[in-house]
Amino acid sequence: MKNRVTRGRAFAAVAAVGVLSVTLAACSSGSSSSSTAASAAPAASAAASAPAAGGDVAVSLITKNQTNPFFVAMAAGAKKAAEANGVTLTLASGKDDTDVAGQVTAIENAVAQGQKGILITPAGPGVNDAITAARAAGLLVIALDTPTDPASIVDITFATDNFVAGQAIGQWAAGKLNGAKAIIARLVITDKDSLTVDYKRDNGFLDGMGIDIKDPKVMGDEATSGKYTTGKGGDYEIACLVATGANEEGGQKGMEDCLAKNPDINLVYSINEPAGLGAATALKAAGKTIGKDVQIVSVDGGLSGVQAVKDGTIGATSQQYPLKMAEYGVKAIFDLATSGTKPAVTEGKDFFDTGVVLCTNEPQTTVTAAEQKDAQYCIDNAWG
Amino acid sequence: MSTPTTTDAEALIENLDRKGPMHHFHHALHKYPWISPGIVLVIAIVIFGLINHRFWAISNLSLITQQVSIVGAIAVAQTLVILTAGIDLSVGAVAVLASMVMAKTAAEQGVPGPLALILGFAVGAAAGALNGFLITKLRLPPFIVTLGTLSIFMALTLIYATGRTINADKMGDAANILLWLGNPIQFGAFKITFGVVAMILLYVFFSWVLKNTAWGKHVYAVGDDPAAASLAGIRVNRVLFSVYLVGGIVLALAGWIAIGRVGSASPTILPDANLDSITAVVIGGTSLFGGRGTMFGTLIGAILVGVVSNGLVLAGLDQAYKVLAIGVLVIVSVALDQWIRKVRS
Amino acid sequence: MSDLSSIQPVVQAKGLIKTFGRVVGLNSANLELYPGEVLAVIGDNGAGKSTLIKCISGAETPDSGQIMIDGNEVSFKTSLDARAYGIETVYQTLAVAPALDIASNLYLGREKRKKGVLGTVFRKLDHSGMRTTAKEQMTKLGIGTLQDMSQAVETLSGGQRQAVSVARAEAFGSKVVILDEPTAALGVRESNQVLKMIELMRDRGLPIILISHNMPQVFEVADRIHVQRLGSRAAVVTPQTHTMNDAVAIMTGALKVDEKDQALGPVRVSATA
Repeated sequence: MKNRVTRGRAFAAVAAVGVLSVTLAACSSGSSSSSTAASAAPAASAAASAPAAGGDVAVSLITKNQTNPFFVAMAAGAKKAAEANGVTLTLASGKDDTDVAGQVTAIENAVAQGQKGILITPAGPGVNDAITAARAAGLLVIALDTPTDPASIVDITFATDNFVAGQAIGQWAAGKLNGAKAIIARLVITDKDSLTVDYKRDNGFLDGMGIDIKDPKVMGDEATSGKYTTGKGGDYEIACLVATGANEEGGQKGMEDCLAKNPDINLVYSINEPAGLGAATALKAAGKTIGKDVQIVSVDGGLSGVQAVKDGTIGATSQQYPLKMAEYGVKAIFDLATSGTKPAVTEGKDFFDTGVVLCTNEPQTTVTAAEQKDAQYCIDNAWG
Repeated sequence: MSTPTTTDAEALIENLDRKGPMHHFHHALHKYPWISPGIVLVIAIVIFGLINHRFWAISNLSLITQQVSIVGAIAVAQTLVILTAGIDLSVGAVAVLASMVMAKTAAEQGVPGPLALILGFAVGAAAGALNGFLITKLRLPPFIVTLGTLSIFMALTLIYATGRTINADKMGDAANILLWLGNPIQFGAFKITFGVVAMILLYVFFSWVLKNTAWGKHVYAVGDDPAAASLAGIRVNRVLFSVYLVGGIVLALAGWIAIGRVGSASPTILPDANLDSITAVVIGGTSLFGGRGTMFGTLIGAILVGVVSNGLVLAGLDQAYKVLAIGVLVIVSVALDQWIRKVRS
Repeated sequence: MSDLSSIQPVVQAKGLIKTFGRVVGLNSANLELYPGEVLAVIGDNGAGKSTLIKCISGAETPDSGQIMIDGNEVSFKTSLDARAYGIETVYQTLAVAPALDIASNLYLGREKRKKGVLGTVFRKLDHSGMRTTAKEQMTKLGIGTLQDMSQAVETLSGGQRQAVSVARAEAFGSKVVILDEPTAALGVRESNQVLKMIELMRDRGLPIILISHNMPQVFEVADRIHVQRLGSRAAVVTPQTHTMNDAVAIMTGALKVDEKDQALGPVRVSATA
């Protein structure tokens, strides 16, 4: 999910204008997946066009799109691992974030070509049947970043634990406050609990601060004021919970509205760094000194995001690793094909956690959910 | 004229039984379609202020104008298009594409600020011209054309920008000019930006043009009844093309306002600008069937959406209520338009 | 009749042929319109009366044949060309923009701009000038009841709308005004109003071509009646020499009129000629 969500929303919105758009997408999607693969990854598609010789391991990476830096990083990771292991890699994607039909076509192509496995960031439950069929045909299917619904459809999921990513920044924030009262603004994607990434990060953040989150799948059901318990602990007050679409403009507007409601906000949770940076613009315009009057925390770890950690705009952010997801995924399929070893889930979770690192220049002793690294380390390891 | 003729008398009688209070209201709405959203706006401001007094703070009210500046500017282009009985789904994509061209040519090719701006405006104009060309020369419906170009411009933006945001510090010397519209004008607690002023000037300018130039009259006539306009000697296609072209230039300006406001150029902002702008236009009393409506109405519509959005946050209500409220406003506006159009003949 | 025979037709069509695929619209059709007269064009459906009128108003281009204005041959590609010669047409569909006001409709496509910098540089329209002229124009046509020229046309009655359309044609038609079924959609009272307008225009010397199905109306206002049949002119008669029944008989081919009994030349001395 993350900032990619915004594109999905745009397309959904257009679809809402007329059924026609849906028809168009459906009509064009069949050809789109193969053509985008060819254009975006000439090397890979050239390899794919030659049938894999017996014994060769061929893998498809099917993302939601091929323009978002997050997926670009994922493709780079897959290529790296493919070269290292001598795996033939095919890149494919839907036309856009909601193009299920394009992904289905790509899955069917992988099966038809006799590939060993598929790495996929599913665009929606519509791909489930195709995945089941692919597994029945003997392919190993791994979900990357986004779990399928239900998660058991695929062999295994390699993803960030978004709840843990949220916990890490919550713990950091509590440590940073050092007992002071927290007046919290929460900038989420939508406020309708419809996106797993949205409620997991948000609830993880509150949980990290030591606030009772009640239902972990629902945002905004916690008490609007009370005590946080992490670190020294103290009073907290929820100033607002606003939808931002996870982009700069939405983050800015949301923050402005929150400040109008409560000008004393001193802690801002943002779904991702673009929303966080938008909030920073609004806070500066309101005369706040970021880092002193107010702290911004976030999740994602894209390059511009961790650069903002370096210059002090964002206090801490949990960095995730799309590159690793793809690398591990390719390796897992290679291992299965060559030695029969199946990948295993992380202990205590129903997926393989590719881990997060908390990027901050002011590490706090309260942080236990993730390892803390300085901004420079994160810049060196950032995607996009 | 001094002695009433039979026809005069008959017309008088006809007028007499027409002129109830409802007729007056109907007549007023017919002439000034922004009256109803204007009333709703006043009511909304009163209610939100009663719920949370902070809403009435000058700083908050001026903030709302800043928040609506981008979509407000986009809605100017949308109004022009809808007046011709068209619709433009690609408006947000064009504005974002233009803003990315401005920022990226400055940041990566080191193009000087003024030239980067001109390039952005050229791209906006070209995008508008493409829409206009497809609609007038290939005679495709605007809905289909702009649905297609929406995807095209969106994809071009993402490919060109490789999905990345360009921050102010990367724009180099050009940042001064590209971010110029973000500069504030402050009188005490009242603070607006040059971008807000630019948006308001757009409304003033196009209001004047629509009212006082032949082109403006032709825009209305083409939207009202293209066949009649053509018989009256108006070159319908030329007017349509010019509307999309001018719209593209306005959208580039909206893109510039966006850079100033956000402080960066991002390919993922304004995902719903097309629907948001259509909403502002419709709430503002402009008819989706073309030929009637005002720029002033759209401005009220845009501000009303901004007021509802901000007011609900201050009231502590879910954004879902905003979506709900705006949906109701849209339906009421369209129903009202239908009623206004049902003029006695 | 000697002084009349020297009068040159304002509009003359000679041997117009127009085919649509295998359908013959006009088969060597002729037409003359003399100064200051009302020429009615009648004919059954498919007789080619509207094709004939379209050729004269520039909406269609004939395959062959000549159209002459004041004796000079012209060639119209579009209705704008015809308009440049002062030929204005009131279409059955009226060609008005309902949401625009009366003055704007009157000047649609031919707006007047302000004098001086405002007009040349800022392209500002002369609203008050256009309204004043519009008012004069409407009053001239006997529609003095309409006071407010900034009223939208859609708020007007059918007859008033027709009046706007006629006023526009009258204002710009320096040569000829063509009216295509102007009363088809109107009630009796409003129809009479339109007929009165036609007479007013004629009395000011503006020649008129009136296409109509309504025989009583035609016989009421026309000076000469051009009967179109099977793509060409069957006869030209006058209300004085022939009855409505005769006209219908000519239309259907039941009656043939000898050339010497027709009214091929002018019958009325124009007020201005």
